[in-house]
Amino acid sequence: MVVNLINVKPGSRVKVIRIQGGLGVRQRLSCLGIHPGDLMAVQTSAIMQGPIVVGIHGNKVAIGRCVAAKILVEEV
Amino acid sequence: MKIALVGQPNSGKSTIFNHAAGYKAITSNFPGKTVTYTVSKMTFQGVTIEIADLPGTYSLTSFDLAELETRKYLLREKVDVVVNVVDAALLSRELELTLQVLELNLPTVLCLNMIDEAEARGIEIDEQKLAQLLDIPVVKTVAHKGWGIDELFENVIKMKSNPSKGKIPTLSKDVEDVLKGLVGELEDKNYRDKFNVPLRFLATKLLENDQYFIEEVKNIDVGFIKNIKNYQKALEQCRDRDSDVVISSERHHLSMDLYEKVVNLTKPKMELRSYLDNIFMHPIWGYVSMIAILYLFFNFVFYVGNFFEEPLLDFFYQFLPYIEDRMGANTLLFNITNGIVQGLAGGIAIVLPFLFPFLLGLAFLEDVGYIPRIAFLMDAFLHRIGLHGKAIIPLILGYGCTVPAVMATRILESERDRFIASVLTTMIPCAARITIIFGLVAFYLGPKAALFVYVLNIVVVAIAGKILSRLLPEVTPGMIMEIPSYHIPSLKVLLAKVWLRMKEFIVVAWPLLIAGSVALSLLKYWQLESFINKLVSPITLLLGLPAAVGVTLIFGVLRKELSMVMLVQALGATNISTVMSATQIMTFTIFVLFYTPCVATIAVLIKEIGSKRTIFAMVFTFFIAILLATATRLVY
Repeated sequence: MVVNLINVKPGSRVKVIRIQGGLGVRQRLSCLGIHPGDLMAVQTSAIMQGPIVVGIHGNKVAIGRCVAAKILVEEV
Repeated sequence: MKIALVGQPNSGKSTIFNHAAGYKAITSNFPGKTVTYTVSKMTFQGVTIEIADLPGTYSLTSFDLAELETRKYLLREKVDVVVNVVDAALLSRELELTLQVLELNLPTVLCLNMIDEAEARGIEIDEQKLAQLLDIPVVKTVAHKGWGIDELFENVIKMKSNPSKGKIPTLSKDVEDVLKGLVGELEDKNYRDKFNVPLRFLATKLLENDQYFIEEVKNIDVGFIKNIKNYQKALEQCRDRDSDVVISSERHHLSMDLYEKVVNLTKPKMELRSYLDNIFMHPIWGYVSMIAILYLFFNFVFYVGNFFEEPLLDFFYQFLPYIEDRMGANTLLFNITNGIVQGLAGGIAIVLPFLFPFLLGLAFLEDVGYIPRIAFLMDAFLHRIGLHGKAIIPLILGYGCTVPAVMATRILESERDRFIASVLTTMIPCAARITIIFGLVAFYLGPKAALFVYVLNIVVVAIAGKILSRLLPEVTPGMIMEIPSYHIPSLKVLLAKVWLRMKEFIVVAWPLLIAGSVALSLLKYWQLESFINKLVSPITLLLGLPAAVGVTLIFGVLRKELSMVMLVQALGATNISTVMSATQIMTFTIFVLFYTPCVATIAVLIKEIGSKRTIFAMVFTFFIAILLATATRLVY
């Protein structure tokens, strides 16, 4: 089932399906190694609508809520 | 011979640079501290090498200022060898940049840095196979320990007689065909000479919709944009994705392919630090530990500084009566000597005792890698004031010195965010103002009062941020930030960094401090001081301060330390509490904390945000200072 990254519970593994949003967001995510088809682990999320931390290719990336809302993923 | 260090943020370029050229560039464990390049000359095995440490760049497509700077440098300067520095633990991702660097068609050496980290994570890299696949030399290094650096430069020098520019792996056939088509058209248009870049590189960037190159093409030939759009459409049809995604995915697959060919994955070592974030980034314990860490930091600076301030002050001031006796109180000579002693004493006894522990603590937090965790924890709060988490980095650097902090705002994506963050950093108490908070408030009114000043400052900065973002309503682009792994910093590097930052104080500020003290002595001698004080009297009267502090406020614009150090001299008393009440000390501190930034900051602000906005920043902060200091006078 394809869901929004913000709706995924910490601890789950997901596959990136599509990145919505403009050129800027797509390119910045791709620079940090997040592309459609990649697997990532959702690690923690901060309180009060804070960012979500994902593990990707052996690295940690913090993604703000409004960016995370543009990433569609599928739990694996 | 001219070489450039190119690599993704936090891959260790500056560490290699410092190893080769002596500690000249600030290194830390968070992405994006190098925002402008540093060049230095070194000699290696009899060859003189000019080495440039370029800002970290995730890709050669330009979207932030630091990245654009790197690309412009590579295209403009005739670099003999590019050293592509890669964090070996993140090889699969960092190879994506390597592939773009190869497209520049310059002699390249690949440096697999932090190889110990990679091995601890169970990533074993066959560097010979990688060298063979890319057709460039590959060297393994651990830069902060100095391992492999000699071998790296040996390979760089070999490039002189035997340059290898590497081979670029081809993309999937359908994508490659579109790319080749565009390259052909660019060739016909003779764009190689116009842009001075390899056409394959240019074509890739145009397909990726790189705004900088698209604008350049528009300037030369608007009609050609239509052709480019057609090629982008062709790519979109190939994969049913935007053309930039098609290219970046292709590059991603190529890197993953290389990665799988050269890497042998073994079991990673279990390490304590992989669990640290369970606490430091925890929704509750993260905040508790952050407050505890900052509180400890504060106490460390206070107790170390306090331990030294009083004995040192006593030491210097014991000479003054003696000199006065010998020279006579009203002679010009005594006034000048008095100024020199006061300036020296101020630097050694008031500034250094607090500056050193503060810079050491800041360097430690930076190198350990804690700063990005603060950015993560503070993102939600910063959103409330219209910024995002990354903006905390310039703000934290602002506690050191406002000048590099304003420059660090370049890591932010939008111009508006950079402007707001720049104005806010000028209000963060820099190391110079820290000496006022510690040397004056903590020293005379106790550490609790100093802590209060810090907390008040944060609240004011937050409110100011809220006001500015209301004035400039625009949605901030949202945070995407790497969280690097923790590193144990080396004491040598920490001390070198503290020294680099202290040098700024010792070389620039201290002479100014002494000159300022002498100037004040002379003003007193010729009785011009009261004239200046009269000019500033509207402010001192409003704030209920002794008229004599007026002159220190003027000098404080040159360097903020001057306000503090000259206060002692202006009031003519070593123990300030005998001539100023607690309310006056507090009012003075609050005013100095916020009013007009120092000259060096004004200069960097003009460069970064333009003169109009700088004037706005000066007026805005001055207004806040008057408002808060008046309130302090009435309430405290």
